[in-house]
Amino acid sequence: MPKRKDIHKIMVIGSGPIIIGQAAEFDYSGTQACLALREEGYEVVLVNSNPATIMTDTTIADKVYLEPLTVDSVSRIIRQEYPDAILPTLGGQVGLNMALALAKSGILDELHIELLGTKLASIEQAEDREKFKELCQKLGEPVPPSKTVKTVDDALAFGDEIGYPIIVRPAFTMGGTGGGICHNHDELAAIAKNGLELSPVTECLIEKSIAGYKEIEFEVMRDSNDNAMIVCCMENFDPVGIHTGDSIVFSPSQTLSDKEYQMLRDCSLRLIRALKIEGGCNVQLALDPNSFEYDVIEVNPRVSRSSALASKATGYPIAKMAAKIAVGMTLDEIKNPVTGTTYAEFEPALDYVVCKIPRWPFDKFPKADRILGTQMKATGEVMAIGRTAEEALQKAVQSLEIDEKDLFSPAAHQASDSQLEEKLVKAQDDRLFYLAEAFRRGYSLEEVHELTKINFYFLDIVSHLVEMEQEIAAQPNDPDILKLAKKYGFSDQTIAHLWHESADQVRELRKQKQLLPVYKMVDTCAAEFESSTPYFYSTYDSENESHKSGRKSVVVIGSGPIRIGQGVEFDYATVHCVKALQKMGYEAIVINSNPETVSTDFSISDKLYFEPLTLEDVLNVCDLEQPEGVIVQFGGQTSINLAAGLKAHGVKILGTRVKDLDRAEDREEFDQIIKQLGLRQPQGLTATTHEGVIAAAEKLGYPVLVRPSYVLGGKAMEIVYSKAELEEYLHDHADIAEDHPILIDDYLDGRECDVDAISDGQTVLLPGIMEHIEHAGVHSGDSMAVYPPQTFSDEVKDKITEVTKKLALALNCKGIMNIQFIVRDGEVYVIEVNPRASRTVPFLSKITGIEMAQVATRVIMGEDLTQQGYSDGLAPEPEMISVKAPVFSFSKLADVDSYLGPEMKSTGEVMGSDHTFAKALYKAFAGAKMQLPENGNVLLTIEDRDKENILPIAKRFARIGYRIFATKGTAEFLRQHDLHVDLVTKVHKDEDSEQNILNELRAGRIDLVVNTMGHDVEKNSDGFIIRQMAIQQNVPLLTALDTADALLKSLENRSFATESLA
Amino acid sequence: MLRYLILEDGSVYSGEAFGADTETIGEVVFTTGMTGYQEAITDQSYADQILVFTNPLIGNYGVTLADYESLEPQIKGVICHQVARRPDNWRMQTTLPDFLKQLSIPGIQGIDTRALVKKLRIHGTLRGKIANSKEEAAQIASELQQKQVTQGVISRVSTKTPYPVPGAKRNVVVIDFGIKHSILRELAKRDCNCIVLPYTATAKEVLALHPDGVLLSNGPGDPEEMVAASQMVCEVEQHLPLFGICMGHQVFALANGAKTYKMKFGHRGFNHPVREIATGQIGFTSQNHGYAVDPASINRDNLLVTHVEVNDGTIEGLRHKKYPAFSVQFHPDATPGPHDEESLFDDFMQMIDQRKSELHA
Repeated sequence: MPKRKDIHKIMVIGSGPIIIGQAAEFDYSGTQACLALREEGYEVVLVNSNPATIMTDTTIADKVYLEPLTVDSVSRIIRQEYPDAILPTLGGQVGLNMALALAKSGILDELHIELLGTKLASIEQAEDREKFKELCQKLGEPVPPSKTVKTVDDALAFGDEIGYPIIVRPAFTMGGTGGGICHNHDELAAIAKNGLELSPVTECLIEKSIAGYKEIEFEVMRDSNDNAMIVCCMENFDPVGIHTGDSIVFSPSQTLSDKEYQMLRDCSLRLIRALKIEGGCNVQLALDPNSFEYDVIEVNPRVSRSSALASKATGYPIAKMAAKIAVGMTLDEIKNPVTGTTYAEFEPALDYVVCKIPRWPFDKFPKADRILGTQMKATGEVMAIGRTAEEALQKAVQSLEIDEKDLFSPAAHQASDSQLEEKLVKAQDDRLFYLAEAFRRGYSLEEVHELTKINFYFLDIVSHLVEMEQEIAAQPNDPDILKLAKKYGFSDQTIAHLWHESADQVRELRKQKQLLPVYKMVDTCAAEFESSTPYFYSTYDSENESHKSGRKSVVVIGSGPIRIGQGVEFDYATVHCVKALQKMGYEAIVINSNPETVSTDFSISDKLYFEPLTLEDVLNVCDLEQPEGVIVQFGGQTSINLAAGLKAHGVKILGTRVKDLDRAEDREEFDQIIKQLGLRQPQGLTATTHEGVIAAAEKLGYPVLVRPSYVLGGKAMEIVYSKAELEEYLHDHADIAEDHPILIDDYLDGRECDVDAISDGQTVLLPGIMEHIEHAGVHSGDSMAVYPPQTFSDEVKDKITEVTKKLALALNCKGIMNIQFIVRDGEVYVIEVNPRASRTVPFLSKITGIEMAQVATRVIMGEDLTQQGYSDGLAPEPEMISVKAPVFSFSKLADVDSYLGPEMKSTGEVMGSDHTFAKALYKAFAGAKMQLPENGNVLLTIEDRDKENILPIAKRFARIGYRIFATKGTAEFLRQHDLHVDLVTKVHKDEDSEQNILNELRAGRIDLVVNTMGHDVEKNSDGFIIRQMAIQQNVPLLTALDTADALLKSLENRSFATESLA
Repeated sequence: MLRYLILEDGSVYSGEAFGADTETIGEVVFTTGMTGYQEAITDQSYADQILVFTNPLIGNYGVTLADYESLEPQIKGVICHQVARRPDNWRMQTTLPDFLKQLSIPGIQGIDTRALVKKLRIHGTLRGKIANSKEEAAQIASELQQKQVTQGVISRVSTKTPYPVPGAKRNVVVIDFGIKHSILRELAKRDCNCIVLPYTATAKEVLALHPDGVLLSNGPGDPEEMVAASQMVCEVEQHLPLFGICMGHQVFALANGAKTYKMKFGHRGFNHPVREIATGQIGFTSQNHGYAVDPASINRDNLLVTHVEVNDGTIEGLRHKKYPAFSVQFHPDATPGPHDEESLFDDFMQMIDQRKSELHA
């Protein structure tokens, strides 16, 4: 059917801030959808609160609203825009839930707005566990025995009836939040309670566990004409029991016979047809490894993380096709954009193996509970493509950018056998390395299978690689073994390690023996049809399909997997760099390893290499492409870290020279520059021994800021207030102290700000200064920030501009850089310089209208700022005020302390803009899901040294009608100042009393928690427990008084003054 | 051990030997199916062919007796990128290399199959030899150019003597051009009482059995060699409901005056979308054919095109305008491949039942 002509304007709802379970994949799908709809001639209105996205670029939609995703806010936009229809199925669970809420509010009926794509009734049938179960039973599709419960008692009764283990799945939560496997009555009681509390409809599905089954996923598409097809089948390496988002996944399915595959394919198609899905859909199935028995796990009636992975794994653009289906087009009339010759009604055939490995945040959260289960914990993922399963797996490991560069992990190597077995039985993020270690120790496949239930085929991939390690080690410099090693994905680095050589020596031998990678095309059809997709992966085989085009090309290095500290912002900058290069007539070549993002959409760049971001892989691409140079400024620390190695191998780094990148990052050189320029910075010292660190701290005087050199996102950075705390820090970071120097800085308590500057060597442009709302001490990625600054005088701004210019010129910056300042008593101190794009680039680009990454790219390629129409200094500040608020994923990560400090913890961000600071704040808080009632109850749990500062805050809460709850000390203090305070008892006192602080929280009597007990970092400390309880109960939590002040500003703004006359 | 694939154009691909240690000659073709290597290898339609798997990894789940498509596969060789080291499946009885050894079929792994497939796509199907030495490659290539590798192949794969596949309901005569077991399984599922006849069966012999319907099976090679069979069909279709699959479809077309042609590199795999013209419905089909019916040759007075391939428009289904007879180029019996068109067997049953009721009316 041709596209619909009765609708013209379509609203697309984005997925909001990035959190665990809902990440960059929805920027990819949303962007594709918007572009697809515009390609068909529709006017597109986009709403999303996340500024760090390509989809919120004004070039993607006709109108872009960066507004909170709340019913109020989206309704306002609807009343302004009058769209004919809304497309809700491409913005993840958030987009879908928003559409459901809008429908419920009545506005869609009132204004005759249609929901496109899958109908609401179908969505409910798929998402509501009970209705879905009914449907399955009607179709004769097996589902594990289950029951929807609304109370813990019902859960326990059913549990006793069907027996353990049992899985709890809360209704309408994303990423399986709040769910888990329970092995007994007590565990069920705890998890069911938590799940019920997290479910917006207070419902959980209690289900018999099928842990140990094979977990298989199908990405399915269907159109309004009932054409249905499979895009991709994926098989989890880890059996059922671990959330698929936390599982290692292979595609195509590896262990299914045709009978099994077709049986499950039939089931998926029956489900999608019965549900009348119009668009993309994800079906998860569990197959008994010992029979034809299978169970339906779930169906996601929308585009998902898995569909982004499937799109990149097959080349088939699911979201784009889903958008076209939503406007009435059918699969047999849409051309397959990959081949250009066949139609979208085509089940892709793969002639390679794809491996996905999740990227977990446990390097940032060493104290977090790392055990994997039904709740997803990964923040991102990598994908790798190879011609053998071994190669795909190893390339994926190399892409992870973790300490392990291959299957050898020192921690696993040092573990005792019993520790190792424990790691195998209770899977954590690092199980893969323990599997390899088990084989190294001589465990048999059978033994490991017994412990893990992982299929022998998969186990053997690991076992094979361990065998090969030994073979390689035994035959140094043997070209035959080298050839074999490359075929199975061993990196030069790993081979070098096994041969006790340098990676360069291996590379040299490899080149000498003509052992070079070839690049194969991802074409959806296994070469059956001619394609010209510019999408390649490397492998060691005979025919190379990627050829240098003859155009002048530039390689842009992406930022790899999404992790805390390096999020989707860097993908945004990468994509803009590509756009600028294309506009300038260059062939833009992207290298990246992240399947979720826009930059790995092959239609974005002129050529995409889906490769690990290691020196070896980037050099190989450069050898083939002979680019003008490589741009490393936009891919975060990932690409910057590659610069020196690339240069050492003769690759030209475009923009700021490697020498100058080093000067910015090397502490001593940088200190020299600061001195020469006569700038101020917090006093700092460097030490390499424990004693040296302590002596330095004592010299500077506590508090001090300690951190290892070369860090990302404040990893391992802490503010230390005493010698005892410092000792503890050194104890925790012993390995770092030995290998790398530790930096000790005087901790300055002032206002922090972020500045991004673009410099061509003459002119230095500051698009804007972002003032942090929290005082120094909270990581810049975790602090709220406002643009333009609200408390800086013109004099301060002038000083910042001047210092920025001096630094940019002194560092010979060519391109973009980022500086963090502390402003105290009118003085400006430099804390840190990053000689690259920072995470504030998308935010500032959007509000200032200066496409910073594009301007910087032009500078890098030789076009002066003046030629581009920009002049020196701080760009004029607009009328609108914009606030950025961080968003966290604490509810997915048990045992992570939610107290904010110098180490970054947020996973995403939202933006709020308005004409006043207070309104902008309000929107930012609303976007971050901190919408508070007009009056309510606030719990104040304050560290002693904050007591004086809490008083004005408490008074303001009281004035706008908030009841204050506090424990004894704080309560007495506030009562002395005539405030009405309700007393709550401490965590471990009167535990059964209603007044116990935890019970108050559990009972839902508290609307907001302010907790500044930052020293309570131990899991059994009051401060920590209170924070955890707030997170568990979904109660907004603030850990800095500055944030409380900002929140009050926004609340006061909407409240009336209530003052007596006398 | 090294082993070589030498093509008629003189190109040589080297890899590692597996399966039987023999040298063979065949027509080199490729399949894009990502599962079902065992079903493909045992499919008689691949007789005299060397099959290249585009899926880079085969053998992952071993081989099981239950999934044979014929007991004496006639495939000449298997080319793949890699064979799994440690297959695993609850039904597995042997491994793929051992299975090939038993059947005297040689295999080569470690070949850049994507490069090979691109060659076949561009040049069309080529003859090739699996050899243990590449020394006489040029000589072998020129010999290959002269050789007719698939001639008379049906006479070798078709049953020599009739045999029954007992059932209780409808009586169906099956003409064996190289039948896949899955066709018999589908008929058995519908409780048909089948008698399988050699491809040489005459109309008289067929009609003498008084069946309720006739099924023309799949098979290898050039359909235009099936002159006698098409004469048989010409006669039988006037009397009995008839269903042709793959080779059976081509013979049915020839019987009704159409022509067939050799395709450049054929359709082998199971992601081919086929549109049923009457309903517009599209199904994914399992395909294995190197020849197709020429659309220009169809006499529109007696044949109706019912199905076409969505991407290249190849004729995928025909129906007789006067008689209860129809045929499809693809495999509704799937195996390997999707079950989307399985209901065609039900259509055949319905056709039989309707005719029976008409006769008794």
